[in-house]
Amino acid sequence: MMALAIGYLSQLSLLLGIVLIFSGALGVLRFPDFYTRIHAAGVTETLAAGLILVGLMLEAGWTLAFLKLAMIFVFVMITSPTATHALTKAAVHGGLKPLEREPGKPWPAPPGRDGNR
Amino acid sequence: MTLLALLVVTALAIVWLRDLFAAVMVAGIYGLLSASFFVSMDAVDVAFTEAAVGAGVFPLLMLAALAITGRYEDTRHKRQLSSLVLVLVTGAMLIVATWDMPPFGAADAPAHQHLAVRYIQDSPQEVGIPNMVTSVLASYRGYDTLGEVAVVFTAVVGVLCLLSLGRGTTQSSGPAAMQGHVVLRVVGKILIPLILLFALYVQFHGEYGPGGGFQAGVIFAAGIILYTMLFGLDSTRRVVKPTLLRVLAALGLLLYGSVGVVSLVAGGNFLDYSVLAGDPVAGQHLGILVIELGVGVTVAAAMILIFYAFADRGGDGGA
Repeated sequence: MMALAIGYLSQLSLLLGIVLIFSGALGVLRFPDFYTRIHAAGVTETLAAGLILVGLMLEAGWTLAFLKLAMIFVFVMITSPTATHALTKAAVHGGLKPLEREPGKPWPAPPGRDGNR
Repeated sequence: MTLLALLVVTALAIVWLRDLFAAVMVAGIYGLLSASFFVSMDAVDVAFTEAAVGAGVFPLLMLAALAITGRYEDTRHKRQLSSLVLVLVTGAMLIVATWDMPPFGAADAPAHQHLAVRYIQDSPQEVGIPNMVTSVLASYRGYDTLGEVAVVFTAVVGVLCLLSLGRGTTQSSGPAAMQGHVVLRVVGKILIPLILLFALYVQFHGEYGPGGGFQAGVIFAAGIILYTMLFGLDSTRRVVKPTLLRVLAALGLLLYGSVGVVSLVAGGNFLDYSVLAGDPVAGQHLGILVIELGVGVTVAAAMILIFYAFADRGGDGGA
C-alpha cells in the first residue's frame, strides 16, 4: 500500500515537472519582454527540475542513489534561483527597461518583433 | 540522431551569427549538446570533461576574448572563394573516408577485436580498479596521457607568451566591484568550498567512478574562476599567486615524468607501474594515483593561468 502511494506520488511529481518544463519553454518563446521570459526560464530551472528530482527520489528508495539525488536537489535549489537573479541583475545593470504601458493606452510592441511573429 | 541533428544546427548557427556574444552563448549550448551526446554513447568520463570545459570554462574565456576584440563580427572582409573550395574539398574527402569504416557498433569491427578484448579481459587482474577507462588511460596508455598533459602545459606556455600577465594593481576595479551583489557573494561563499571539495573528490575517485585528473583540474579551476568573478581579480591574485601557479603547472608534468623515471630506475619499462611496489597490483594503484595527481595539478594551474591572462588583458579584471 505504501509502495503504491509512493509510486503514484512519484508519477504525479514527474508529470507536474514535465508540464512545468513545457510551459516554461513555451513562455521563453512567447513572452514579450526579457523579464517575463527570465521568469519562465527560472520556473523551469528551479521548480520543474526540483519536481523531477523529487519524483526520481521517491522511485529510488533508501539507496545511495537517493542520497546523490538529494544532494543534487539541494544544489539545484541553491544555484538556479541565484543564476536567474544574476541574469536579471545583469540586465538591470545593462540598462534594460521592462516593457511598460501607460494606463489607458495599448501595449507597445515588444522589442524585436515587428509583426513577424 | 536528434542530438546529432541539434549539433549540426548549432554549429551552423555559430558560423552564421554576426553577433559574437550570441555566438559564444550558442557555443556553450554546443558544449552541453556534446556532453549529452557522449553520455548517450556511454562515455561518461569524456562527457564530464566536456560539460565542464565546453559549457563552462570555454564560453567564459571566449567572453573574456570578446572584451578585447569587440562584440560584432568584422564584415569588411570579402568572401573568399578559395577558402570555401578548400573547406568543401576537405569535408568531402572526410565524408568519403567514412564510407570505408565499419558500421557503427558492429561487433566484428577491428576496434572491438584485438586490443580492446585484451584490455577488458586482463584489466581486473593486472590493474584491479573498477573503472576500466582510468586503467586504460592511466596505465595501459599512460604514455599517451603524458603527451596530453604535455600539450596542456605547452598551451599554457604559449598563452602566457602571447598574453603576459600584467602587474594587476593598476586597472582592475578592486574589491568594491561586487559590493552591491549580496546574493551572489553569499551564495558564492557557500558554494566555492563545496566546489573545491568536489574537485578533490573527483580527483581521487577516478579509479572507482567517472573522474580523474582532467575533470578534477577543470572543476577546481572553475571554483577559483567563480571566486574571481565574485570578488575581483586582485583578491584572487593574492589568494592564488600567479608565480605559484606557474610552478605548479610545471610541477604536475614533472611529477608525471618522474613516475616513469622511477619505474626505469626500479627495473621496469618507462611508466611501468608494476615495479613501484612489492605487489604489482599495488604498484599499479600507486602509479595511477600519483600520475592522476600530476595531471590534476597541471590542468588546474593551466586553466587558472589562462583565465588570469585573458582577464588581465580585458582590462576589467573579470568583475
